[in-house]
Amino acid sequence: MAQIKQTIKPNGKYMGRRIMRKEDPRLLSGKGAYVDDIHLPNTAHVAFLRSEHANARITKLDISRARALAGVIQIVTGADLRGVVENIPPMGVLPDLFVPQHPVLATDRVRYVGEPIAAVLAENPYIAQDALELIHVEYDPLPVVVEMEKAIEPGSPLVHEQSKSNVAGTFKLDSGDIERAFRKADRIVTGRFVNQRVAPMPMEARAVQADYQAGEKMLTVWSATQIPHLLRSSLSRLLKVPENRLRVIAPDVGGAFGGKLNVYREEVLLPLLAMRLGRPVKWIETRRENMRAMIHGRDQINYVELAVTKDGRMLGLKCRTLADIGAYPQMLTAAIPTLTAIMATGCYKIPALSFELTDVFTNKMATDAYRGAGRPEATYLIERIVDMAAAELKMDPAEIRSRNFLKSSEFPFTTPSGLIYDSGNYKTCMDKALDLAGYNKLRQQQERARKQGRLMGIGLSTYVEICAMGPATSDPPGGGWESATVRIEPSGKVTVLSGASPHGQGEETTYAQIAADQLSVPFDDVTVIHGDTASVPPGVGTFGSRNTAVGGTAVYMSAQKIRTKMEAIAANLLEINPKNIVLRDGTLQSKLNPKKSVSVREVARAAYTAKKLPPGMEPGLSETSFFSPKNYTFPFGTHVCVVEVERETGEVKIIKYVAMDDCGKVINPMTVEGQVQGGIAQGLGQALYEEIIYDDNGQLVTGSLMDYAFPKATQLPEYICDRTETPTTSNPLGVKGVGEAGTIGATPALVNAVVDALAPYGIQHLDMPLKPEKVWRTIEEKPEAR
Amino acid sequence: MKFPVEITVNGVKRRSEVEPRLLLVHYLRDVLEITGTHVGCETGICGACTVHLDDEAVKSCMVLAVQADGCSVTTVEGLASDGTLDDVQQGFWEEHGLQCGYCTPGLLMSAHDLLRKSPNPSAEEIRRAINGNLCRCTGYQTIVHSIQNAAQKMRAKKPAAAKQVQPAKLRTSKRKREQRRPATV
Repeated sequence: MAQIKQTIKPNGKYMGRRIMRKEDPRLLSGKGAYVDDIHLPNTAHVAFLRSEHANARITKLDISRARALAGVIQIVTGADLRGVVENIPPMGVLPDLFVPQHPVLATDRVRYVGEPIAAVLAENPYIAQDALELIHVEYDPLPVVVEMEKAIEPGSPLVHEQSKSNVAGTFKLDSGDIERAFRKADRIVTGRFVNQRVAPMPMEARAVQADYQAGEKMLTVWSATQIPHLLRSSLSRLLKVPENRLRVIAPDVGGAFGGKLNVYREEVLLPLLAMRLGRPVKWIETRRENMRAMIHGRDQINYVELAVTKDGRMLGLKCRTLADIGAYPQMLTAAIPTLTAIMATGCYKIPALSFELTDVFTNKMATDAYRGAGRPEATYLIERIVDMAAAELKMDPAEIRSRNFLKSSEFPFTTPSGLIYDSGNYKTCMDKALDLAGYNKLRQQQERARKQGRLMGIGLSTYVEICAMGPATSDPPGGGWESATVRIEPSGKVTVLSGASPHGQGEETTYAQIAADQLSVPFDDVTVIHGDTASVPPGVGTFGSRNTAVGGTAVYMSAQKIRTKMEAIAANLLEINPKNIVLRDGTLQSKLNPKKSVSVREVARAAYTAKKLPPGMEPGLSETSFFSPKNYTFPFGTHVCVVEVERETGEVKIIKYVAMDDCGKVINPMTVEGQVQGGIAQGLGQALYEEIIYDDNGQLVTGSLMDYAFPKATQLPEYICDRTETPTTSNPLGVKGVGEAGTIGATPALVNAVVDALAPYGIQHLDMPLKPEKVWRTIEEKPEAR
Repeated sequence: MKFPVEITVNGVKRRSEVEPRLLLVHYLRDVLEITGTHVGCETGICGACTVHLDDEAVKSCMVLAVQADGCSVTTVEGLASDGTLDDVQQGFWEEHGLQCGYCTPGLLMSAHDLLRKSPNPSAEEIRRAINGNLCRCTGYQTIVHSIQNAAQKMRAKKPAAAKQVQPAKLRTSKRKREQRRPATV
């Protein structure tokens, strides 16, 4: 691997600039190709019969009437899969995790509403739905486990009888002398914070198509996935099809947000059906299915204690966390809450930490990675408790943060959890955010508003997150690296093939910016290809804000290798020393005599005609690199949210939202801002509106978009976004990643603002979502309100 | 049982025989294979499937193909001509009004509907107009800017027309319109 130590120059011709996206013209003209847009002749359509019970034995399953329906091709049940594919194991585990059998189709027992029981194959999707109605299932309902706090009580019914309790697994983190910290504290501030279950809800639900070409013995699977290569490896193991006979294609993907970072039962079954049936099969998930059977996110209860001195110094943090993981651990289910543990101390120098995590089984869909994945929970718990400490000590929330921030001179900094924060400038970033928001003026306005009886609140959130997953030593899924091939074609045009798999973030554009600058070619001459395991080099996938930091670096490294090779070829053509060659404006020229030059195109032609290459050089201009980062990156930022709560209705109105994010160097400020804003929308969505609710019987109450409060345009504010720029040392581009920042920063900023608004009533905390009714009731219950 | 329908899609007359229960969106996508219009929820909430039915924006998952018999439908594929993006598409491109692109075709159709009725909408008006179109990627601000950008482009081209607000042309019968009422964005 080429050693690249220097961070590259800040701005090239394209890098660092606002460049309109390459992917947009096709998406804007209806020419995108999402899975459901890819029509193969003779396709059989699949629909799933799903459990109506949260916990039950299946006593009878009669498919005969459905089977007899005209247009039904086949019906597959769990019994048909015995001995073929029986269990989908998770990738992220804890040492003591109880890993239950996770079948592709349930056989005699179901453990959550929406668990698949049978698959119907029919000539069209309408007939497949008709057939579902004709399948007769008899259930013997069992007691249901819904609330995690009750689930771990002795005597609770069990989700898995083979396990002694509903505790699925535990994780403990102790650092520093926590007992001493709490003895020395002037105050101990405590809180119980519920980080409710929410849904990733990409606009495109899941979609899988599979086709087996018997002649070539090639199984092709189209899936709306974030991880085509990991999916391919999993399918290869589960279906016993060699990886080189398996091609996974993630075409245009309509958003994912972690929801498509998984290997799902349906993804395993479809290719199997294609092989059995000998014709293409397709499954397009309905929204109602998606809400029941795609992973959910968050769902933690955090019991937090913070030891502080009277001047606001944080001495120690204790946290006991329950994480509701649902019935069956999916790919990274168990790993996600551990990110909460390792990031719990946030931006602060807290010498002692004690974190106790318990994963709990319930009769629900699994939780797993949802945008932020463990870090929003960490930021929420620390930012809430810090605000509570400030209120208790009657300190300004900005002041208490400022007193405890890590100083920029302290980086790289080893945290109590053993992470090494790469770089940071927390105070500068917060000050800039406060300036932009007009913080001091806002506090004056608030004072006036309070005198008038209006409930105005100002909330801060200062976060640091962990991105660019990740170093191989930390066992990230797939190994934590990413690869890219950069190729200059004989005509001089450039093809970038990336192993990473973007799905809306715009890496076709950012990778092209990197390649165009490094190779000194026009941006429009670069084409980026991704998502097809048969045409791109090996990859891991998109998650943990890693695409630009890890995947982009692989592009950069390959471009560097090509540049070196071009210099050698040019020097040979010009008969000068390669050291005297410089690449500028599409030409390779002599530093001493700029008139001596050849264009990139001429060099490309020379590379392929191979007549005048330096002795021993291989022809061609194609290079592949794997980038395996030595450390994570740690982006950070400050969000300021200003709200007014309507006393009579409890409605929260956002009157100002300022986001100051630092994601290191920026390749395209436009797409960075897009990521931040979209992230904020999801963070505010959780804080104000969204909530997955199961009733006492484990029925999903919020089972459609009518019931699940997905934020609409009139419910979200204008965002004022700006950045500071503190490069990382973890990759040569200096980029940290930004995909999840907004979601992480927004939620506590909003809740802190609302609690600040309600401070005159003595309200110290409110659990999300802060719907009007809840806010109104909380006010009404306070004697001060009467 | 199948019924014959004749629907003009993006200016081309199409004749098919369809089941009465077939949704317009599935007729477009699966029968005609015009796949730019997407399905996001099948319940008329998300607006990804928004198309124009006789110049009115409707959610095509809420309309049966047989209801569109004799009507004219415009989808996202009918906006650009000769590979050139129209003003609204261009506005979305310039202002980063899309990320994954899945909700985008529906938003473009709703934006057109708004701008025909209101050539110079305020940000608030735009937000109200696109409330029936859910987007999970952008947080909506860039979409608002995109539509403002498009409005400006369109006004610059037709300064005279912009002053006079033209009511939407309604060629269908009142009965037909009422059948479709719940589907109107």
